[in-house]
Amino acid sequence: MADQLSMDMVVLILAAAVATFLTRIGGYVLITRMKTIPPRMEQALNAVPAAVLTTLVAPAFFNGGWDVKIAMLAALVVGVRYPGLLLLGAGWAAAMICRHLLGF
Amino acid sequence: MNRSEFNQGMKGGLVIALSSAPFAVLFGAVASDNGLSVMEAGLMSATVYAGASQLVGIELFGHQVAPWLIVLSVFAVNFRHILYSAALTRYISHFSPVQKFFTFFVLTDPQFAEAVQRGESGRGVSFPWYIGFGAAIYFPWLFFSVVGAFFGRMMGDPRALAIDVLLPVYFLGLVIGFRRKPGFYPVVAASALGSVLGYHFVGSPWHVSIGAAVGVVVAALLPLSTEPAPVTAVAETES
Repeated sequence: MADQLSMDMVVLILAAAVATFLTRIGGYVLITRMKTIPPRMEQALNAVPAAVLTTLVAPAFFNGGWDVKIAMLAALVVGVRYPGLLLLGAGWAAAMICRHLLGF
Repeated sequence: MNRSEFNQGMKGGLVIALSSAPFAVLFGAVASDNGLSVMEAGLMSATVYAGASQLVGIELFGHQVAPWLIVLSVFAVNFRHILYSAALTRYISHFSPVQKFFTFFVLTDPQFAEAVQRGESGRGVSFPWYIGFGAAIYFPWLFFSVVGAFFGRMMGDPRALAIDVLLPVYFLGLVIGFRRKPGFYPVVAASALGSVLGYHFVGSPWHVSIGAAVGVVVAALLPLSTEPAPVTAVAETES
């Protein structure tokens, strides 16, 4: 069962793939049509990834228990100085310590 | 095919492949934790091929979000690619239509960063170099996703292994990767506030769209920045 492809899932994945490809070719299509993107629109487009990703971070922090909050704070402190993998390690280690040693 | 250009591209791509391998494993593990089969995880890596958005899709799928909203969120997270392909166009206008198709299909953050750097340095962006670089990232990404999905199925309780905190922490890492962009703090503050309030007063999954919309509106209203925005901010963490 778990090794099979479910039709709904395949359709969802392919729709996500098409949506992604549209973003990858979109700039080429736009630039060959309109030469430049208006600056205010570019500024808004530029902010889209950070804006979307923040909506996955902030509620997770506020709704999470102390273990999640501490893990995310540890990751933040490490992440402003070191690359992504260390940040992931710091958050993971903090959550493991909270759950297995401190019993949160 | 120019072999030496291709090999040179491969060499550059392998470095990226190695540093993104842990994220591919993470994706596979989280995918199986959220109910995807190994084949479905592999299919997603093979066709979407955009790390952060794959994880966003999986996260929302785990929360039973409506399919069209998952696709919309994937689209939104990948929106930056529009800027990439716009900026890349001047360097690849000599490619054939088929070559352009593959060029845009494998257009990831590091691919964009390297190609533009090469174009700007005057060395020229050849198709063998570009596709060598892309292939060296694409196939390992697929391979390690499948490895992660296998690993994820054998794992026990994800909470005891703290697998569940990896996603929010990973997304946090992507957000702080943008911190040098103009307008970062007002946009993030607005999105955070919008999503937390949306979560309480409207409910999940609407908090994603509400928070993102608030952040984007704030970005559009901010004074125009004079310096060109660094579009490669997530290059270190995302493939």
